[in-house]
Amino acid sequence: MADAGVADSAHRNGHVGSDAAHGERDDTGLGPSLLGRAARGVARQVQSRIPRADLDERDPDFIRERLPLMWLAASLWYRAEVRGLGNIPDDGPVLMVGNHSGGNMTPDTVVFTLAFNTYFGVERPFYQLAHNLVLSMPGLGSLRRFGTVAASPANARKALQAGAALLVYPGGDYEVHRPFWQRNRVDFDGRKGFIRLALQENVPIVPVVSIGGHETALFLTRGEGLARLLALDRVFRLKVLPISLSLPWGVNVGDMLGHIPLPAKITVETLPPIHLKDEFGPDPDVDEIYDHLIRLMQETLDALAEERRLPVIG
Amino acid sequence: MRATAAAAISAPIETVWDVVSDPGRALSFMSGVTRWEIEGEERVGLGARYRMLLRVGSAEVGGLIEIVEWDPPKELAWTSITGVDQRGRWRLRSVAANRTTAEIRLAAGVPGAGVSGWIAERIAQPIVSSHLRNTVEQLTRLVEHERMREQAAARRSARGAPAGTGLAG
Repeated sequence: MADAGVADSAHRNGHVGSDAAHGERDDTGLGPSLLGRAARGVARQVQSRIPRADLDERDPDFIRERLPLMWLAASLWYRAEVRGLGNIPDDGPVLMVGNHSGGNMTPDTVVFTLAFNTYFGVERPFYQLAHNLVLSMPGLGSLRRFGTVAASPANARKALQAGAALLVYPGGDYEVHRPFWQRNRVDFDGRKGFIRLALQENVPIVPVVSIGGHETALFLTRGEGLARLLALDRVFRLKVLPISLSLPWGVNVGDMLGHIPLPAKITVETLPPIHLKDEFGPDPDVDEIYDHLIRLMQETLDALAEERRLPVIG
Repeated sequence: MRATAAAAISAPIETVWDVVSDPGRALSFMSGVTRWEIEGEERVGLGARYRMLLRVGSAEVGGLIEIVEWDPPKELAWTSITGVDQRGRWRLRSVAANRTTAEIRLAAGVPGAGVSGWIAERIAQPIVSSHLRNTVEQLTRLVEHERMREQAAARRSARGAPAGTGLAG
């Protein structure tokens, strides 16, 4: 792949294509105004804070020492239940694909990271892809020691080629900030890059479906119009400026400082691996795989929703 | 975190040993255990390795363990190779011809986890204790019922009843 070569060059963080060219070109569309200059200044600051993707930053001892805290959060606060971890192949690279919920606090990630690390041991390399902004947030640098790397095709490929298990949320910021009434909907916004990646690297896809994370606050709107108005999409690759009702803020715009998640019961179901070339032929159609995966995950989510009696309580 | 449970079983020590030392039977009586698989060449004995998991709260905790003490039919101990640190032990003692006490001990923890580790261990302790209590109860039932069936089969064959009930052995 050409982009892998680009990513390995001087660009930070493995970002490719137009993203990597942010620094040199005025593609913010803000023109030479004062506001535009200020926005580009902030964008550069953010870009410079995004850590270079380095798989070696993952620190198993650091993760092990944080397992008790995660266990307390998962067991007492979220009363979490994780099923079917045995479906994940015992070794070798695997692409785990999840639906993403709960705003910037992403409680389902905490629950699944704990479950994976206790089930397979912190010794098994396990990485997660996260939005640039998450990794550049002050105070969240320790996420890198958990194995969190900035979301980009090059980083994902690097992790899989190293034989690691990789967790991706293709829906990303779009899905994680969907309104509350769409809480039981899998919505990847048509993003299919992860399927091409799994095909190129010939790794199985394991769907990971979770419910409950989106009941930790009352998510009202993604605020896409607001994000466009403020040019956040061009400056920060942020397509949303979500508005929610959450603790302790009341009305929470942007969710940049996070919030106190309600103690919603979280259930995660891990499905059997999909070996793409075995199931869809040697030259599979990406759209067909995408539709199949969305249908499979939606059916699982529907079944999990059927099990729930009440929001939050579970 | 350290938990222990014991029971007195109406069976010879060798019969109890055969059950607790058999990796293929762990899932049938060890409460909370979701996995106990042989890893490597050795099935039993010193150096045998198993991949085990125990459900505690929201997580299945465990990893690769290795048998580090093997003294049939009295002592069997393991320690963790990967995963959360743990030590476990089966301690069997013969108190009469057909009476055996069986004790299981499990110590586990995460050194360096600070206050959260201390709290988590206190909350996990009763959960693990309850698993161990259920384990020795299930072991007692399993061993005593098997023994009763064996004795019944022996009586039948002594009376000359037709064999083939499939219960013997």
